Amino acid sequence: MVYLTRKAEFSASHYYHNPQFTAEENQRIFGKCNNPNGHGHNYTLEVTVKGEVDPRSGFVVDLKQLKDTMSREVLEALDHRFLNKEVPEFFTQIPTTENLTIAVWQRLSPKLKAAQLHRVRVYETPDLFVDFYGEA
Amino acid sequence: MKTYLTRRYMFSASHRLHSDTMSDAENVATYGKCNNPFGHGHNYTLEVMVSGAVSESTGMVCNLVDLDGFVQREILERFDHQNLNTLAEFAKVVPTTENLCIVVYDILQRGFHHAHLEKVRFEETMMNSFEYWGNNRVIE
Repeated sequence: MVYLTRKAEFSASHYYHNPQFTAEENQRIFGKCNNPNGHGHNYTLEVTVKGEVDPRSGFVVDLKQLKDTMSREVLEALDHRFLNKEVPEFFTQIPTTENLTIAVWQRLSPKLKAAQLHRVRVYETPDLFVDFYGEA
Repeated sequence: MKTYLTRRYMFSASHRLHSDTMSDAENVATYGKCNNPFGHGHNYTLEVMVSGAVSESTGMVCNLVDLDGFVQREILERFDHQNLNTLAEFAKVVPTTENLCIVVYDILQRGFHHAHLEKVRFEETMMNSFEYWGNNRVIE
C-alpha cells in the first residue's frame, strides 16, 4: 500500500453563527469569528489517497485525474466564495474547519475511482489544521 | 463524525543534556555538544492534536479558546524563556525533546478535558521532530 498526497490552496470567507443560540451565546462561543460580515483565510488542502502501485504505470493514481477531480469538485466550489452564503453544505452547518474538512471528504470520496481516499487535511492557518479519515 | 484538530504553538527555552548516571566522558560521548555545561537554546514548535465528534451546535471538536487558554497557562507560561534543567519536571529526567513530549502530554492528559488528547509533537529544530501518543497506542 502506498499513500500519495496532493496539496492545493483556496481562499474563502466565513463566519460562525448558530441561529439557535442567542446573540450573547454566539458572541461568547465564537468570539470574533461571529462577525456577520465574515472574514477570510488562505486555506491549504491536502488530499491523501492510498492504493497499490500499478505495475505498468508505476502510479497509485493518475495525478492529473486527481488534480482535475480536486479542482472540479472542491476548488471551483470553494475558492473565492463566502462559504456561509455560497456553498450549500454551510447553509445549515457552521463552516468551521472541522465541517469544511468533512465536506471536502464527502465531495471527493464518491468521485475517486482508481485510488481510495485516506485522509483529508485542511489548514485554516499554518498553525491550525483538521484531519478527517471518514470515521463515523 | 470524528475529526482530529491540531494546533501549533511556539516557545523558546534552553537545556543541557547530561545524565548523572553517566561519567563525564560517557556524557560527552552520548550527548556531544548538547552536553555543553552552559546549555544552549531552541525555538520549540509544539503541536497538540485532539480528537472528537464534531458538535452539531458549534461545528467544533473543541473551542480553540479553551485549548489556547490551557496551553498558554499550563505550558507556555511554564516553559517559555526558561532553562528546562531548572524546572521540577526535569529534576530527575534529562530534558531531551523525547522527555519534553512526555511531560507536556501528561500535563494535557491530566488537565485538559474539552476533547480527547491524541498526540503531542515537538519540532526542536526544522530538521528534527518527536511525537508521543501516550502509552496505549498500538502503531499499525
